[in-house]
Amino acid sequence: MNASCLNIANLSAVLPNGARVLRSVSLSVQPGEVRALVGESGAGKTMIGKAVLGVLPPSVRIVEGDMLLEGEDLGRLQPKARRTLIGARTALIPQDPLTALNPSRRIGPQMTDRLVRILGWSGQGADARIRQLLDEVQIRDPDRVLKCYPHELSGGMRQRVLIAAAFAAEPRLIVADEPTTALDVTVQKQILRLIAQLQREHGTAILFVTHDLGVVAKISQKVSVLYAGKVVEEAETAALFAAPQHPYTRALMAATPRYTDPFASLKPVDDAVLAGLAAEIAAADQAWRRPHG
Amino acid sequence: MLLQRFLIRLLTMAITLFGVAVVVFVVIRVAPGDPIAMMLPPGATDTDIARLRALYGLDKTIVEQFFIWLSGVVRGDFGTSISLRQDVLGLVFNRLPATLELAIVALLMALAIGGTTAILGARERGTAVEAGIDIASGAALSIPDFLWGLVLILLFGVLVPIFDISGRVSPQLDLPFVTQFYLFESIARLRFDLTKDLLGHMLMPAVALALPLAAIISQLLKQSLKEVLDLDYVVLARVKGFSETQVILREALKNAALPTLTLVGVQFTFLIGGTVIVERLFSYEGLGNMAIDAVINRDLPLIQGIVLVFALLFVLINLTVDMMYALLNPRLRHG
Repeated sequence: MNASCLNIANLSAVLPNGARVLRSVSLSVQPGEVRALVGESGAGKTMIGKAVLGVLPPSVRIVEGDMLLEGEDLGRLQPKARRTLIGARTALIPQDPLTALNPSRRIGPQMTDRLVRILGWSGQGADARIRQLLDEVQIRDPDRVLKCYPHELSGGMRQRVLIAAAFAAEPRLIVADEPTTALDVTVQKQILRLIAQLQREHGTAILFVTHDLGVVAKISQKVSVLYAGKVVEEAETAALFAAPQHPYTRALMAATPRYTDPFASLKPVDDAVLAGLAAEIAAADQAWRRPHG
Repeated sequence: MLLQRFLIRLLTMAITLFGVAVVVFVVIRVAPGDPIAMMLPPGATDTDIARLRALYGLDKTIVEQFFIWLSGVVRGDFGTSISLRQDVLGLVFNRLPATLELAIVALLMALAIGGTTAILGARERGTAVEAGIDIASGAALSIPDFLWGLVLILLFGVLVPIFDISGRVSPQLDLPFVTQFYLFESIARLRFDLTKDLLGHMLMPAVALALPLAAIISQLLKQSLKEVLDLDYVVLARVKGFSETQVILREALKNAALPTLTLVGVQFTFLIGGTVIVERLFSYEGLGNMAIDAVINRDLPLIQGIVLVFALLFVLINLTVDMMYALLNPRLRHG
């Protein structure tokens, strides 16, 4: 499977108390493909993204599994080599554009620093590249924006800036961590369209973390449904929506509010489904623990 | 708008200084001890005492004395020292540079030690290195500056005598200086032999003053750094490929330094207060040392002059801190 852009096999991570937060996760992202990771809060979807980018919180420890980025085993690389590889081939579109920019630095250097200091571009080259990307995300006054401090820009503008910065170095893989969650609903749609458009034009693979099935349907080709750090269902997006296999996936879809019936009460996930999930997780943990003592 | 803020600031400074002047003027006159009694030999007649009292204006009421003194101060005349029989302003300006040099060297030391250990501790958070830094800073903080002075004198002046423990400069040296800023002038004149001698004398009092402040800077800056290092823009910088040290220096330090800066301003005034005793310990000829002599001799004009200069110094430090805060924080600058 060397052709994969990202290949995660059997990834397990634990907290200091031994609880597994990722349960033998396997998934792959092909070049130029959008893979959605969907699940409720705490399902571990963000954790997978952080594991790939090497920015897990210090309390979370990877105990098993491999992560291959374009065939390179991230777990076997020296820290410095891994850092450089991740810096060169991946990028992150963060969840909250309000906190993802350094408040005391101007936008310009924050966008070009990776190109100049990690990838060795010239300052002029980086500047030209950033302006090109700002144009692609439909920012029409780059001179002003590049000189701004983050607090002088709106949330939507900041997310555009972050998207432009993410695509600037032509990464092979972008981790988009709920990139629209923190935005106004009206802005959400524009930002999502923008990401989809840039993804198509640049042919970048995206690991798209979201809890929103509507977003999944719009942007992704493949989906992994997560529950409690375990992939419970994996399918082509179209197939998943046409015929969800796992009871949890069906429950999630049923729980999605519909604009066609705004007065219907929200449906929580059924108790029977949750009990089934708990049993499934317990069985998986038991099977996992046996060889691991 | 900016001018208005500046004028208000200037007015508050003047009011503060006036308040300090009033309090000091009254307190040292109400406190027991008579400067005139200390100047005259035992057996002086009442007429002698009264004559001298009138000469120094001490026979008038405190309110009268205050306004006589104040009208002099406004014209730049701080009166004549009772014990030294010299112009107070001249005496103060003669000694102030020595104290300023000591305080500035101590502050630079504290920033260097505190800053380095904070950055190191934040980079190695959760390891034995951080624990070691915590223990060291706890120890440095729990011992006050004058006690550090005694410890240092004992260690490097008595047990292993490698440093000078007395004075500002070796007395046998020929000093070509025209200002009282010996250290700065020796550097400017490229007389590094003199710089070395001056620093040799200054090292231990400066370390004694610096250690508690270094510990405070270290603890606070490390804590702020650790908080900032969990923020999204720092995570983003790590994903970009920057090393932990680069992340701390480029992304985190400036934002984490803001709360520390405010505290350093306040603590620096305490450090200057600490020079009074520490200068005495090391017989360092600064303003603080002179202040103690002035108090012992009940030299009222000199005490007033010294305290007012200290107060002015503190007010100026606070002003500098506020300005630097605005400079470092772009949100304040535009707001």
